[in-house]
Amino acid sequence: MTEIPTQEFLRKCSTACAGCGAVLGLRYVLKAAGPDTVLVVPACCTSVMQGIYPNTAFGVPVFNVAFASAAATASGMSAAFRSMGRQTNVIAYGGDGGTVDIGIQALSGALERETDFLYICYDNEAYGNTGMQRSGSTPRGARTTTTPGGKTHSKKDLDRIVAAHNIPYMATACSAYPQDLFKKVRKALSIRGPTFIHILAPCPPGWRYSSEKTVEMGKLAVKTGIWVLYEREYDTLSINAASKAARKKPLALEEYLKPQGRFKGLDEKALTDLRQSMERNWRNLEQEVAGPC
Amino acid sequence: MLTIATGNKAVAAAVKEVKPSVVAAYPITPQTEIVETIADYVDAGTLSAAYIPVESEHSAMAACIGASITGVRTFTATSSHGLLYMHEMVNWAAAARLPIVMANVNRALGPGWNIWAEHTDSLQERDTGWLQVYVSTVQEAFDTTMMAFRIAEDERVLLPVMVNLDGFTLSHTFQSLETVIPGDYLPPISLPHAIDVEKPCGYGPMTGPDDYFRFRWDIERSMRDSGAVINEAQRIFAEKFKRSYGMTEEYRCEDAEVLVIAMGTLGKEAEVAVDVLRNEGIKAGSLRIRWFRPFPDLDIRGRDVVVIDRDYSFGFGGILADSIRARYSCSVSSVIAGLGGQEVTYNDIAAFVRDRKPGTEHWFGVKA
Ligand SMILES: Cc1ncc(C[n+]2csc(CCOP(=O)(O)OP(=O)(O)O)c2C)c(N)n1
Ligand code: SF4
Ligand SMILES: [Mg+2]
Repeated sequence: MTEIPTQEFLRKCSTACAGCGAVLGLRYVLKAAGPDTVLVVPACCTSVMQGIYPNTAFGVPVFNVAFASAAATASGMSAAFRSMGRQTNVIAYGGDGGTVDIGIQALSGALERETDFLYICYDNEAYGNTGMQRSGSTPRGARTTTTPGGKTHSKKDLDRIVAAHNIPYMATACSAYPQDLFKKVRKALSIRGPTFIHILAPCPPGWRYSSEKTVEMGKLAVKTGIWVLYEREYDTLSINAASKAARKKPLALEEYLKPQGRFKGLDEKALTDLRQSMERNWRNLEQEVAGPC
Repeated sequence: MLTIATGNKAVAAAVKEVKPSVVAAYPITPQTEIVETIADYVDAGTLSAAYIPVESEHSAMAACIGASITGVRTFTATSSHGLLYMHEMVNWAAAARLPIVMANVNRALGPGWNIWAEHTDSLQERDTGWLQVYVSTVQEAFDTTMMAFRIAEDERVLLPVMVNLDGFTLSHTFQSLETVIPGDYLPPISLPHAIDVEKPCGYGPMTGPDDYFRFRWDIERSMRDSGAVINEAQRIFAEKFKRSYGMTEEYRCEDAEVLVIAMGTLGKEAEVAVDVLRNEGIKAGSLRIRWFRPFPDLDIRGRDVVVIDRDYSFGFGGILADSIRARYSCSVSSVIAGLGGQEVTYNDIAAFVRDRKPGTEHWFGVKA
């Protein structure tokens, strides 16, 4: 088992909601990163959960930046630190909206320029900060305040977009698997160049389940196979054990969907689409592992 | 229909009645309720519009531009950083002469993040060729949004209109609201330069200095003509719906020796301050600027003027105060107040008037 440091960089005065998957993930990100770290945070729930000036709930410097700008700001910061000969970790910690929607151009540019930084997208599958509107990362069928009848478009495949940049290391993770997340952050930070981690971060108010069920919800996402844990070093992909096991004996997708109010009244068409995109994701990953045939 | 609503709901209700064909939507506090309410209308079928949930504000305005040039009615709403992020497209919409209507819920700019009322966001867009109007009540938000479409689409104008309302103090405040149906108040949109495949032409290609200059002058000429169109739209609105509005709203100004000039909800609060001052024997009046672009003619000669700016141009001064100084070569008592949602009461405003010193600038709450 990996030794996780007892030192905390997240103080108890965080103003995140009870059961927040994003703040849970961040706790382990910071434990893995340690004190020589700067967080670059675009507008998102993480801008709020720090608390209000002059207080801060975070034990590392946090540079709050404009919504679209996290990856570009981090590029500049990383270049400056490296030019001073400093190896300070530059971690952009942004939501799904700030990553797959308004921030995707800056992210793509920073990856292409081989920026030495870690970009983490914590994905609560909607715009949490502004009260749960749809994002490009909201799954089909989910109800948000701008998709009152359920979203009619599919979840954007962020990981394949990132993979197309052929970066040294990228991984998916989930707040419900903190050990796994911790290891992945350590690994990413040990590599020079652009690295990326996509954390599925269950969100009680957004997904509409009660706040003690965050870990359960994350585990169900993995065990049903709708969220796959894997790592990719350049073009070598490895699917993690928890997901391999889930693929062999998956739980029914409904077990993940049923407890979440956002999927209430999900119609057959949306359900079929969710199943199909889950299957497509698996097929893509398995083909990649198998290599060209 | 008589109801109660927030400023945001009032804007959305007006949009429902004017039936735009395309609405682009992107959330930002404190505007989000507008695009959420419109999403509900579209979902319920009470508004049949294409609702485009774009991925940024730059794309929100771009989507409105792409729709508008085909000749249909379009709407979007934003605030603060959202407005600034679409700045390039805000310019584009005006210079492409597109009668887009946008609600902007006034909010301060970061850093640090602040979601409360301030006018610096929209005033940074004052030179873009958009008409700008600032409202102060829920009813005024509804009525002005409806009028905005008529004004923007008038062929003497053909410029976009931004309807501004204060974050939270108006966007989230409940007041009574009477909704009306525009009927023939709002004729069908007819854009003379709408894209037409029967008459192919290039829109916005490389343009030499002479033509470019002429196009700029055209914008300014329409801006100047828009004053008459606004007055006409407001007069006909009053005849039809029994509520009247002007370029400015005057309260006890006739015999006033000192005028308080402000915009938005602070302008409304100033009316209460005027009553307080009148009871003390000070002949005060309130002149609330509704239309900031085009800038209205003001009757301020021979009186003291206290200008309250909920905005600032660093290195120069309050933007409203500067506009009035520049246009009327007068000495104003300038007060900077309410930035980032700072609370300003009518008693504070009354004190600004009592303590006025022409030619000075006072930052409310800052100790010298
Ligand atoms: C240019 C701009 N547009 C809109 C906003 C408003 N805004 C702040 S956070 C946010 C949503 C963030 O969603 P996401 O990135 O998924 O993070 P989450 O809030 O879910 O943690 C929005 C729309 C903004 N701050 N700036
Ligand atoms: S809305 Fe969701 S992501 Fe945001 S703080 Fe609350 S639980 Fe966390
Ligand atoms: Mg999110």
